[in-house]
Amino acid sequence: MDLATPLPHDRTDSLAACDSPAPAAVVALVGNPNTGKTALFNALTGFHRHVANYPGVTVEVARGRIRGAARPIELLDLPGTYSLAAQSPDEAIVCQTLCGRASGTAPAAIIATLDASNPARNLYLVSQLLELELPLIIALNMVDIARRRGLEVDAARLAARLGVPVVPVVAVEPATVAPLVRALEQVLAAPSRPTRRAALPPALEEATRTLTAMVGDLRPGEAVRLLVDRDGWLRRALGPRDGLDAALAVARQRLGRECFDAATAEVRARYAWVDGVLDGVVRRMPPTGETWTARIDRVVTHPVGGGVTLLGVLYAVFYAIYWGAAPLVSALERLFGWAGAGVAAVVPSGPLQSLLVDGVIAGVGGVVGFLPQILILFLALALLEDCGYMARAAFMVDRLMRPVGLSGRAFIPLLSAFACAVPAILGTRAIADRRERFITILIAPFMSCSARLPVYVLLIGAFVPPTAYLGGWLRLDALVMIAMYLVGVVVAIPVALLLRYSAFRGPPAGFLLEMPSYKRPRLRAVAPRVLHAGRSFLVRAGTIILLVNVIVWALGYFPRSERVRAAVEAERAAQGWDDATYEAALAGAYLRDSYLGRLGRGLEPVLAPLHWDWRIGIGVIASFPAREVIVATLGTICNLGPEDDAESASLRTRLAELKWDGTDRPLFTLPVALSLMVFFALCAQCASTLVVIGRETGSWSWPVISFVGMTLIAYAGAWAVGAAARAVGW
Amino acid sequence: MSLARVPPATRCRITAIRGQHRVAYRLMEMGLVEGAQVEVVRRSPLGDPLQVRLGDYELALRASDAELIDVADI
Repeated sequence: MDLATPLPHDRTDSLAACDSPAPAAVVALVGNPNTGKTALFNALTGFHRHVANYPGVTVEVARGRIRGAARPIELLDLPGTYSLAAQSPDEAIVCQTLCGRASGTAPAAIIATLDASNPARNLYLVSQLLELELPLIIALNMVDIARRRGLEVDAARLAARLGVPVVPVVAVEPATVAPLVRALEQVLAAPSRPTRRAALPPALEEATRTLTAMVGDLRPGEAVRLLVDRDGWLRRALGPRDGLDAALAVARQRLGRECFDAATAEVRARYAWVDGVLDGVVRRMPPTGETWTARIDRVVTHPVGGGVTLLGVLYAVFYAIYWGAAPLVSALERLFGWAGAGVAAVVPSGPLQSLLVDGVIAGVGGVVGFLPQILILFLALALLEDCGYMARAAFMVDRLMRPVGLSGRAFIPLLSAFACAVPAILGTRAIADRRERFITILIAPFMSCSARLPVYVLLIGAFVPPTAYLGGWLRLDALVMIAMYLVGVVVAIPVALLLRYSAFRGPPAGFLLEMPSYKRPRLRAVAPRVLHAGRSFLVRAGTIILLVNVIVWALGYFPRSERVRAAVEAERAAQGWDDATYEAALAGAYLRDSYLGRLGRGLEPVLAPLHWDWRIGIGVIASFPAREVIVATLGTICNLGPEDDAESASLRTRLAELKWDGTDRPLFTLPVALSLMVFFALCAQCASTLVVIGRETGSWSWPVISFVGMTLIAYAGAWAVGAAARAVGW
Repeated sequence: MSLARVPPATRCRITAIRGQHRVAYRLMEMGLVEGAQVEVVRRSPLGDPLQVRLGDYELALRASDAELIDVADI
């Protein structure tokens, strides 16, 4: 054997051990939304999940190894869907994966989650799954809740009717999941194709057979999906195919008026089959009075009670984010301070030390510093979604969102944009209407995210007096803070309208949302999602922010010319500065001479109408990767160290003391502070957001338009606010 | 009579679904098929959308979509 030749994989395996593991079987987990699918996924895989991106597809699908299985089984957590007739990217990935078009091979088996309290509608999806002729297991979830509601599903009888195993589980109690794993192992060991299925209208069955014969390599069940696939999601996944479109057109024409009659006949046929299957399978106890859900809904959707609840919930969420996260945030900041000091002690002074301390640690620290707030917001939103309240909030605000071309569905992503626009934009995948999704994506960055908070805190703390009105109830600084948040929302409205009537003209988006029964949110179901979202945020934002931060650092560091140093030395000799003052002055002088400084000074004519100088200009440029960078940059500009943060009193006083170059006029007046805050409220200084916009809209022109548009709007807003404040005499 | 005109807390039966292909298709897929029993639970405080109950689950839908659904008394 030639040792230079690498061994092929199977040879290596057989050499390694006799009981080397077989390649992992891939099993897909599907089901309606609100069926506890994700809780089941977590119960089956533990916390060990990782995200896979299918080639050519941006939707992330979680994968994990099933715990306690005799053989390796990879579980795919597919997005919740009501039907394989996809209308949104989320739903499309389900159909494409199950037909084997997303990764090349179909899954070895399917686990379909059913809500035991709601078997009829859930079985609609099952009727479609049976046609795929893949081994199928039904996980009858939330049987405990169903029992409490007086609903009992006879699992054995249902299994007999469907011809597939039906396993009752309570996903939030992982002990109940073991029988499901056993059943899955049996099914994988002896796979059998489901034989019972709904009888579709004869014309449709005929067209399906013809199409399958004509195209040749369609999987079972794919033909009917293609015929009924109005939005073309599955068709696109198949790629270019000779003759397929022609064949589809002919088949559809034969099926009648643009396939609608066939489609509705199909739906009716499936529900008729569902009725037949469930006959005698479901036992119902007579209702013992109003359910808790109905009682809570009476309050929560009441004209007065509902509004109060919504505002109360929003207030509680924001309170938790800003004050609840505070101890964690300070702890993290201290941690990064130590890290910076530690590196500074070990690495000799110079470019490397500065790169590590100011570029890397400050950059990473900036991102990580926001993690507590983001986690809390994700947690709050996940809890609200899980308990069922989110649907009610969407129900209440839908009417308000309609004039802007959006629906109640967009409310949730826009709300989460107040923490961070990146996960909010990813959350728009659930919005079926393309126009609505795009508009939501493009206005999400206007919602004042948590990165803008340090800017507000710093400038309000330094320049807005804490005068109290109404006997201490209304503080001016709190009002200004609220006003900054409202600025984003208020500006987003005309922008949405503009988008709606220009680039995204068309019929209004629909709104059809399930209102799930209230249930007590379980931390076990919610925590993995939150942690996973937090980790994704860290990785994604951390890589981009880190990269751009290093670039910005380099621009602000180089060149460190001797000429500048000599000048400051001379100044020191003349003024008799102590070491601290000298170091600070030197840092400031280097910054002024750096490429970033030169860029800032070059921008001064543009900044003049805003009454900003080059130093503010640098801050704005440097904060392109992430808005919160401006606080550190302002610290450097004021010749303070990077350890000072937004709360730092010394930074505030220093800012107030800054003067225009060579004059005695203060740089930071109240109008300037307000205009800077408004600029940050409206600007697009977030590299991560722009990248995500590009990926989700599938086109790089949108991030460019977004950046240019928002910068122009921010400039105009900053100018207007500054001018107004000056006119009023502030 | 269309579902949009049904007063709250009234049960009725769906007799037909009219209208645009895509919207009607999704309504039907969610269970609003002919013969299904539906009850209007309430309207949103702002008048729209409607909350309807279909057997074991509830849906929110816009009045404009509810107009497409013809119902009759049980």
